[in-house]
Formats: sequence, structure tokens, C-alpha cells
Amino acid sequence: MAKLIAGLTTSHVPAIGAALDNGKSNEPYWKRVFDGYLPSKKWLAETKPDVAILVYNDHASAFSLEVIPTFAIGCAEEFPPADEGWGPRKVPVVKGHPDLAWHIAQSCILDEFDMTIVNKMEVDHGLTVPLSLLCGQPKEWPFPVIPLCVNVIQYPPPTGHRCYMLGKAIRKAVESFDRDLKVVIFGTGGMSHQLQGPRAGLINSDFDKRFLDKFGPHPEELIKIPHLEYVREAGSEGIEMVMWLIMRGALDDDVREVYRFYTVPASNTAVGHIILENKR
Amino acid sequence: MSNVDLEAFEDVPGTTLFNAQRSRQGYHLNMFCMSLMKAENREAFKKDERAYLAKFPMTGEQREAILKRDWNKMLQLGGNIYYTSKLGATDGLSFQALAALMTGSTPEGYAKMMLDGGRSPNGNRSKSEWKTRG
Repeated sequence: MAKLIAGLTTSHVPAIGAALDNGKSNEPYWKRVFDGYLPSKKWLAETKPDVAILVYNDHASAFSLEVIPTFAIGCAEEFPPADEGWGPRKVPVVKGHPDLAWHIAQSCILDEFDMTIVNKMEVDHGLTVPLSLLCGQPKEWPFPVIPLCVNVIQYPPPTGHRCYMLGKAIRKAVESFDRDLKVVIFGTGGMSHQLQGPRAGLINSDFDKRFLDKFGPHPEELIKIPHLEYVREAGSEGIEMVMWLIMRGALDDDVREVYRFYTVPASNTAVGHIILENKR
Repeated sequence: MSNVDLEAFEDVPGTTLFNAQRSRQGYHLNMFCMSLMKAENREAFKKDERAYLAKFPMTGEQREAILKRDWNKMLQLGGNIYYTSKLGATDGLSFQALAALMTGSTPEGYAKMMLDGGRSPNGNRSKSEWKTRG
């Protein structure tokens, strides 16, 4: 049977992708960010997942205001990088895992999570920047990826509690898939940041560090944080942290923290990253 | 009582929550921005902005905000930052350059604020704090 062995979370700042794509990763400003991921790249290369489920939000790339799914799962064979106004990132096409993706979709729907099934989708920096941070610049991504796209742009986004429970449904789905696969799950976005309006640039390191501290041992406290608290304390785009809770829900209650990294800033954003493993 | 309570969000200063009302108001403005994801549309827009905008049924106020690149006004009129940033990208502006413009800072001043740890939440949690700031 497939096994969900570990999860990681990371910010998905577009400027990080641009820095890498434009050969700026050795500039001190960006080196500080990329260096923070070196142990994680090593961890991931050693862990060798067969598939990754990558939770992210689409930034008006695949979905516009025409259709706004709360939870959408990518079931296609592959997902090309989106043109976000600068031309598509020159990164490999993301290969999917339709068998497992469809299985998760079906299992979650029967578990009362009404997933939107997506058979054609371009993926933006929300998905490709985490892959770049963890895998560098390979010719092909080292594993297939199942995109799980969450609405955090149109109010209201799903609650933290709902995200956490979806994580549990995903775990159940993965572990009822009749093939020996090692699966990891990425929760992306955050941490504190605000991109819009006169309050842009808000960073709340105290909030972020508390969130990181509680993320492994006490997620039940984090799932109670209301949307308003994210917006007020962590900035309007800090709401993306609800997506981390999908990753957290997919792991055991009792987890081992493998690694953590936090730095301010990358462009407008506090970069946070944590790796958790199930103990068994 | 409805569980949809958006009023409290309006107390967060310098922030426009992209709620149902703003989404409806800004639909065509945002869909114009969305169209700029295609290279040929970016070219057509750059060639004649007014003519290109005429294809989208926006209000005159929304059109003017776009032509003047009044980024905060676009948000107030229903624009969403992930859409207006596509207009920014068409102009060659990064998210950070846009943020500098929306905060009334210079690119250097804004970048320095971020390097110094960003804008503190202290004094920036409620509109009442901005009022007393004067």
C-alpha cells in the first residue's frame, strides 16, 4: 500500500523563482534564502519520494474569476508552467500521477470533501517555486506531483479546521491506494506578508515563530485561528497559512521535526519552512 | 444570524478584503488584467491602451484608474492584487515595485523597510490606530 511518510511546508514567493531563473541565486540577498534550503534538498534527495502532493494556491493563472474552486485536485498527466505576465518560467513541465490523483479525488469526495477534478491546468509560481527551492534546477522534476489547489484569494477561503480535516482525508486516501509508493506532502504559502494597499510590507515574526513552534506538537491550537486574525496579525496574504494545515492534517498527531528555517525578507514576504516526519 | 461577518475585516487599515461585493464590482477590471497573461494581448494593450480597455465593460472610474496606474484606486474599485499585478508585470513592475507604489514609498525606501524586518503589526492592526497617528 502507499504510505504517507513526511510533509514539508514552505513559502512560495515568486521573486525566489525569478532570482533562480535569472542567475541571481548567489547574490547575498538571495543566497541567504537558498542556503536555508540546502539541508532540505539533501533530506528530500535521500527520502526519494515516489510522488509528492503539493498544496498551493493558484494566483489567477489557471483559475480566474470565471470559476473559483475551493479545493481542486490536478488529475492530468502533466501540468505546464503558466505565463504570469512575464512569460512562463523556464522550468520542466510538471508530471502528474493520474492514478493516485483520481484515487484521492474519489476517496475524498466519498469522505464528504467535494473536490473539483481538474484535467487541464497550468501551474504558477505557487507550485513551481517550492519545487525549485527543494529540487534546484534539474532537467526533469525528480518525482511526479499531484497539485492540490486551494482558494485563498476570494473570501471566504476554507477555514483552518476544514483544511486540517482535508489533510486527514488525504492521508486515508493515500494509505488505501493499492501500490507501494512513498508519498510526501507539501503545504505551501505564507508566512506573514501583505502585498496590497498602503499596509503592504507587513511582517509579524512573533506570529510566524509561534505558528512554527506549535505546528508540529499543537496543530489543534492553530486550526482555531480565524481568518480575521490571520489578516490582522499576518497580513492579507498571510491567510495562505491555512494551506499548511492540510499538510499537517495528513501526518500523524505525533511527529518528528527534521528541520526548520525562517528568514525575513524575500521580496515582501517572511519565508518559513519546516519538515516533519511521521515517527513510525 | 448569518455566519458571514465581513464588517470586522473593514477595520484592518490599508487593506481591501476581496469579498463578494468587491469581486462583483471588479469582475471586468480583473478579467481585463487576466487577459494580459497572453503575450499578444499585452502587445495590443501597449499599442493603444484606451482602445484595448474599451473591449471590457468597466466603469469610467475603473478605466481611469487603470490608465493612471492608480494601484490603490484599482483595489478600492474591486481590483484584486493578483490580477492588478498582471498589469504591473506588463509595465515591468515586480510585486515589490508595486508594493512601494501602493505604500507611497520609494523602491529604495520600501526595500530598506523590508530588509529591516518589514512593517510591524504594532500600530497597524486597526483603523483606530491609523487615525490617532494623524
